[in-house]
Amino acid sequence: MYGFEMMSFNIKDGFLESIVRGHRSGLLTVADYNNLSQCETLDDIKLNLTSTDYGAYLVNEASPIYTATIVEKCTQKLVNDWNYMRTQADEKLATFMDYCTYGHMIDNVVLIVTGTLHERDVQELLDKCHPLGMFDSIATLAVAQNMRELFRLVLVDTPLAPYFSENLTHEDLDEMNIEIMRNTLYKAYLDDFAAYCQSLGGATAEIMGDMLAFETDRRALNITLNSIGTELTREDRKKLYSNFGLLYPHGHNELAMAEDFDQIRSAMEKVPAYSGIFSKLGYGESQMLDKLLYEEEVKKCVDCFEQQFHYGVFYAYMKLREQEIRNVMWVSECVAQDQKGRIADGIVYLF
Amino acid sequence: MSTARYTVAPTVTMLTMMKARLVGATKGHALLKKKADALTMRFRQLLKEIIEAKENLGATMKGSFFAYTEAQYAAGEGIKHTIMDNVDTAVVKVRGALDNVAGVKIPRFSSFVIPGETKMDLTGLGRGGQQLQSCRKAYQSAVELLVQLANLQTAFLTLDEALKVTNRRVNALENVVKPKLENTISYIKAELDELEREEFFRLKKVQKNKQKNQAKAEAEFATAMAELQEATADTLDMPPFDPKMPGQNVQPPASSSLLNYKEDDMLF
Repeated sequence: MYGFEMMSFNIKDGFLESIVRGHRSGLLTVADYNNLSQCETLDDIKLNLTSTDYGAYLVNEASPIYTATIVEKCTQKLVNDWNYMRTQADEKLATFMDYCTYGHMIDNVVLIVTGTLHERDVQELLDKCHPLGMFDSIATLAVAQNMRELFRLVLVDTPLAPYFSENLTHEDLDEMNIEIMRNTLYKAYLDDFAAYCQSLGGATAEIMGDMLAFETDRRALNITLNSIGTELTREDRKKLYSNFGLLYPHGHNELAMAEDFDQIRSAMEKVPAYSGIFSKLGYGESQMLDKLLYEEEVKKCVDCFEQQFHYGVFYAYMKLREQEIRNVMWVSECVAQDQKGRIADGIVYLF
Repeated sequence: MSTARYTVAPTVTMLTMMKARLVGATKGHALLKKKADALTMRFRQLLKEIIEAKENLGATMKGSFFAYTEAQYAAGEGIKHTIMDNVDTAVVKVRGALDNVAGVKIPRFSSFVIPGETKMDLTGLGRGGQQLQSCRKAYQSAVELLVQLANLQTAFLTLDEALKVTNRRVNALENVVKPKLENTISYIKAELDELEREEFFRLKKVQKNKQKNQAKAEAEFATAMAELQEATADTLDMPPFDPKMPGQNVQPPASSSLLNYKEDDMLF
C-alpha cells in the first residue's frame, strides 16, 4: 500500500494529523529552554511556562509551587490532548493510539498488583497510576487477592490479557519477580505493537518499525546494563529481549553474554546505527548513555514529522511530550536544588 | 550569704561533725569538678563532631536528592510508587546501646544493613536501573549519616543535661555548702572561745574572791591577835574561853558522835 495513503488518509485521519502537528508546534524550543535555565526559583519557571502551551494548566497554581505540581500539570496537558485526539480517532488510528498507551497500562497494572499484594489502599494506588494507562476496569484489579484470581477475574477483560496468557504461566504469576514480569509483559507488548504496525502497512509500518526497533533495542541495552551483577541469569535475560529490532538476533546473543559495560559496548557497536552513540561515550562510562539515547529517540521522533500520512506522528508526539516533561522536571529540580550547573546534563533539546 | 550557717548548738561534738562534713564536701567538690571537666571535654569534642557531621550531611543530602532526580529522569515519574509499594521490611536498622562517660549513661545508636540480596536489585530493569542503584547508595550513606548525627545529638543533649547538673552541684558545693560549713565551724569556734574566756574569767573571779576572803580573814585574825596581845599586855590574864576563836581548844561538838545521832531509817 506504500505511497497510496495520500489518496485516502485525509478522509479519516487528516483532521487529527493536523491537530497533532499543531500540538507539535507548541513544544518548547531551545529559546524556551534557555529562558527556563535562567530561572532562579520555581515561580520563575512557572511564569516562563505560562507563556507556553502549559499556561492554562499552570496559571491557577498557588504560589509555593513544587516540581511535582509542575510535572503533574504538564502531564495533564499531554493527557488532555491525547484523550481529545483519541475520542476523535477512526478505528485503526484509535487502536494505534491505544497501543501507544499500553506501556503505561502495563506499569499501572504492575503497580496495582504489587500494591494489592502489600495491602495498600486501592484509591491511593489509583491516584498513583499514570493517567494515560487507565482503563475502565482498573479499579477492580484490587479485588483479587492472589495472582491467579487476578488473572481469572480481571486481567482477562483488559487489553493486556493476551500478553499475560501467552507469556506467563500461573506458576509464574505467583512466584515471578515483579520486575521480570513487567519486562516480560513489555516485551510481549512491543512484539504485538510492531506486528500491528506492520499490518497497517505503508509509511506507518516503515516509520513505526524504525521507532519501535529503536525502542526495543534500547530496552535490551538497558536490561543488560541493569542486570549486570544481579541474580538474573543469562537465559532469563535473553527471554526479556523482544523478537525484532536491529539487534535481533545476533546482537541479543552477545548482549545476553555480556558481563560488563565494555562487552555491551562491543556488542552494540556492531550495529552501525548505534556505533555513533557509543563513539560519543568515553570508555567505561555509562552515565551519559541515557541522555544520548534520549537524544537519539528525540531525533527519530522529530524526523518522523517530516513525512505525512502516517500514524507515527501520534506516537512521536507522545514521546516528545514525555521527553519535554522530563526536561521540565529536570530543569525544575536543578533550580529547586540549586544545582544549576547540572541543567545542561539533562535537557534534551527537541528543536 | 556569707553569714549563713547551720543552726547548731556550739559544742565540740558539733565542731568535729562539721569538720568531717567540710572534709567530705571538699573531697566531693574535687571529684565533681573532675567529672565536670571530663564531661566538658567530651562535650566540646561532641560539638566539634556534630558540626562536622552536619556539614557533611548537607552535602550528602544534596547529593542524594540529586541522585533521586537523576533516577526520576531516567526511570520515569512513577518509579517512586513502584519502589514504595515494593517495600517489605526495613533494610537498614538502628541498634541502641549505652555508653558510659564519667558515670553518665549516654545512648548510642549505630545503623546496620541487613545483609542479603534485596528484591529491589531488579527495580528499573527496563530503564533507569543504574541510576536507581546509585540513588539507593546515596540515600544509604545519607541514612547512615543521619543515624550518626542522631547519635551525636542525643549524646550532646544527655551530656548537656548531665553537665548542667554536675556544674550546679560543683557550684553549690563551692559557693553554698562549703562557706556555710566554714561559717558554722568558725561560729562554733568563736562560741567555744567565748565560753572558754568566760570560764577563765569566772575562775579568775572566784580566785579573786577567795583571795579577798582570805585576806579579810587574815586581817581580822591579825587585828584580833593584836587586840589580844594588847589585852594580855594589860591584864596578863589568860584569855577567857571563847569557842569562836579559831584554832584554840577546839572540842568536837557533842552531837558529832554517831551514837547521839538518831536517824529515822536506822534500825539500831
